[in-house]
Amino acid sequence: MIARAAVALGAVAAVTAPLWVANPYHLHVLIMAGIFTILALSLNLLLGYTGQLSLGHAAFFGIGAYTSALLALRLEWSFWLALPAAALASGLAGWAIGRLALKLRGAYFVLVTISFAGVISLVSINWMDLTNGPLGLPGVPPPALGPWTLRTKNAYWYLVLAGAALTYLVCHRLVTSRIGRALVALRENEPLAESVGIDGTRYLVLAAVVSAAMAGLAGSLYAHYTRFVSPEVFLFSYTVTMVIMVIAGGQGTLAGPVVGALLFTVLPEALREAVAWQWQMLAYGVVLVLFVFFLPRGIVPTLAAWRRR
Amino acid sequence: MLVVENLGVEFGGVVALAGVSFSVQPGTITSLIGPNGAGKTTAFNAITGYLRPTRGRVAWEGEPIAGRRPCDIARRGVVRTFQRTSVFPTLSVFDNVRTGLHLRGTAGVWSVLARTPRVSAEEARLAAAADEVLAFVGLAHRRAERAGELPYGEQRLVELAVALAARPRLLLLDEPAAGMTGAEKERLVALLRKIRRGDVTVLVVEHDMRLVMGISETVIVLNHGRVIAEGVPAEIRVHPEVIRAYLGSAGGSTDAPA
Amino acid sequence: MEQLLQHLVNGLVLGGTYALLGIGLTLIFGLMSVVNFAHGEFYTLGAYAAFAALAWAGLPFVAALLAAIAAGALLGALCERALLRPLRGHSIDTIMLVMIGVWIAMQNAELLAWGGVARSIPHPFPTAPLTLGPLNIAPLRLFVVLTAAALIGLAWLLIQKTRLGTAMRATFQDRDTAALMGVPIGRIHTITFAFGSALAAAAGALLGPVFLAYPSMGDLASLKAFSVVILGGLGNLAGATLGGLLLGVAEELGAGYVSSGYRDAVGFVAIILVLLFRPAGLFARAERIG
Repeated sequence: MIARAAVALGAVAAVTAPLWVANPYHLHVLIMAGIFTILALSLNLLLGYTGQLSLGHAAFFGIGAYTSALLALRLEWSFWLALPAAALASGLAGWAIGRLALKLRGAYFVLVTISFAGVISLVSINWMDLTNGPLGLPGVPPPALGPWTLRTKNAYWYLVLAGAALTYLVCHRLVTSRIGRALVALRENEPLAESVGIDGTRYLVLAAVVSAAMAGLAGSLYAHYTRFVSPEVFLFSYTVTMVIMVIAGGQGTLAGPVVGALLFTVLPEALREAVAWQWQMLAYGVVLVLFVFFLPRGIVPTLAAWRRR
Repeated sequence: MLVVENLGVEFGGVVALAGVSFSVQPGTITSLIGPNGAGKTTAFNAITGYLRPTRGRVAWEGEPIAGRRPCDIARRGVVRTFQRTSVFPTLSVFDNVRTGLHLRGTAGVWSVLARTPRVSAEEARLAAAADEVLAFVGLAHRRAERAGELPYGEQRLVELAVALAARPRLLLLDEPAAGMTGAEKERLVALLRKIRRGDVTVLVVEHDMRLVMGISETVIVLNHGRVIAEGVPAEIRVHPEVIRAYLGSAGGSTDAPA
Repeated sequence: MEQLLQHLVNGLVLGGTYALLGIGLTLIFGLMSVVNFAHGEFYTLGAYAAFAALAWAGLPFVAALLAAIAAGALLGALCERALLRPLRGHSIDTIMLVMIGVWIAMQNAELLAWGGVARSIPHPFPTAPLTLGPLNIAPLRLFVVLTAAALIGLAWLLIQKTRLGTAMRATFQDRDTAALMGVPIGRIHTITFAFGSALAAAAGALLGPVFLAYPSMGDLASLKAFSVVILGGLGNLAGATLGGLLLGVAEELGAGYVSSGYRDAVGFVAIILVLLFRPAGLFARAERIG
């Protein structure tokens, strides 16, 4: 009951945010939290439901950002076409990784994802003709809706909110379906899952594609918000942040990544005055270790377990 | 009908199966017995795709299945259970069985995302089917409990329920009675008979001789990776090779044919 | 032709240190099954320790190297005792996550301690290159490759010829039997991790002066170490040595003849290709440790 009330309250607060968030900088923080929510949900689909960790998720984010930016800048595509194209491009990359790594599990899968991200990052730095290298792509146009451009933070907030809601819906439908059951089965007991006809390869690839496509969506939203894309989108710190959000929030649940995303976007900003960014990243490392030791299932599942008692 | 021809499995110089041939008649319960290390589980693994045979052929309903992936073999109606308790521990008993029903559903990604009426209807159907399977094995009262928290004997029933949910035409059971109490074994025997009445072919690996002799139409005996005898329980009970195989190993009284 | 030889020599210099990194990680990942994403951070630690010894304390190079090794060994031992021992028996993924946490923490601690600006590590060698026939080699690089070779040799001796090495091999081959025979399992785990980390630190102290020291230098080092371990096969000492040399040479040749911007990609591509096609490593038939 409390959970439902909290969710309702949260939804109302989210929808009316521009009304009560006075400081535009705070709205910026919320927009980033929204983008990270999409990223956390996408990583959670892989980590929380199939049990495979992708440490190269920033690659899918970056591919989405670059695809969207390049289509808008070079080919003058509308945002509304560039966005799905970005998701498609990332989804394709996810498919490639899924198929490549279909035999690998655990640490080897992680290594392949990191290597993939490393290669993509190097390409973005070196392929100057395409990506303009380290200088990046400035001037990415904001989305246009008829006569209006979504240039203001208020407008963009609703766009990101819609994106986050869509992502959540996709995850929810997937996870509560036969497909979701197959993913969980593969995580819990792969040989048993196979014995009743669940095709491990097929579902891992599916999870990778959907997960990557969502990250690509987040990338496109990011590109048209900050209106600048550079190889910095491939920074490992983005991946680290996503991982912390999922692990701390609670993998394998849908509320967990949302809570984690909010916590780890808002908290650093709130502490920014008091604590420098490097100390925060240091704290992230320590927090990860502490969570693994003491709260391995994350905040949301632990709270849920307490409630059940 | 299951036909196994000259099945051999070798790893790194160790011959686990040295060329095993037998067939299992449809609609029967056949037992596969033999001392520890005879190669029974290896045979199961090779038949159901968990091991790649080094040589030989396995055919089910006329189609070759040796060397295929477990999920593909399951799709053809061949389902196995595992020697050590194998459930989805954090899922409820109901969800365990629902997972076993995977092949009975067809919803693809796009229909799931759109939540079409067909998908909703299918989910309802699967939920009902799960409850049917639970009733069949007698676990309906445990529906909401976590499979990993059940007592051992009931976990083995969950395993069986999950396998049955996949609608096997050939069911391979790897030591289903291991660790069960006398009463639980009685229930298992009754269940196996019920399963056979449903036109399912059953191949069982077991050590409990009373159970094996009581329930099987045919008994196949393995030793050192070879078939040493095949026949009805009465023949096997007095077969000299079989007696030698068991007395030769450190078999206890429940292991040796009485 | 001269250019080719020059690239080969440079590749061997690099490869020698990669081999050190790889041997350290193959002990930790291959034997202990610890997915040590923090391995590169010990490399960074070694570089900064050498910097402190050389720039601040004005110690001779060998002393700086020893300081780095000591730092790596101590921190490695601490890590193992405080974090890995309580988690022994937990899944490999849990341990992987903890090491990721250590990675993040160590890197940002370095960032805080030393600042983000890359530092040049002073070394006592003359900068004029020595000429050996058709080859030019900076005295520093010559020292690096010789020292790396010496350390690799020492590592081999330790693992193959000493009682400690035998105990290590026994522990990771069959822990229960080793325990029954009186091998102190806990201490062996700590020593192995410390040893592996010390080798990484040594690599950092050696390569630091050749390039620059900066807090995120460990990221690439970690991945290249994994690349070497995968190339050579887990737990395979000879494989790691050969793999390291191979990677170093491949990088130099790639940078020289293909493109220098993509030189780091060699390691990444190696990981992907080997895991796809020869997951047991290129030298799979070579003897494993123990």
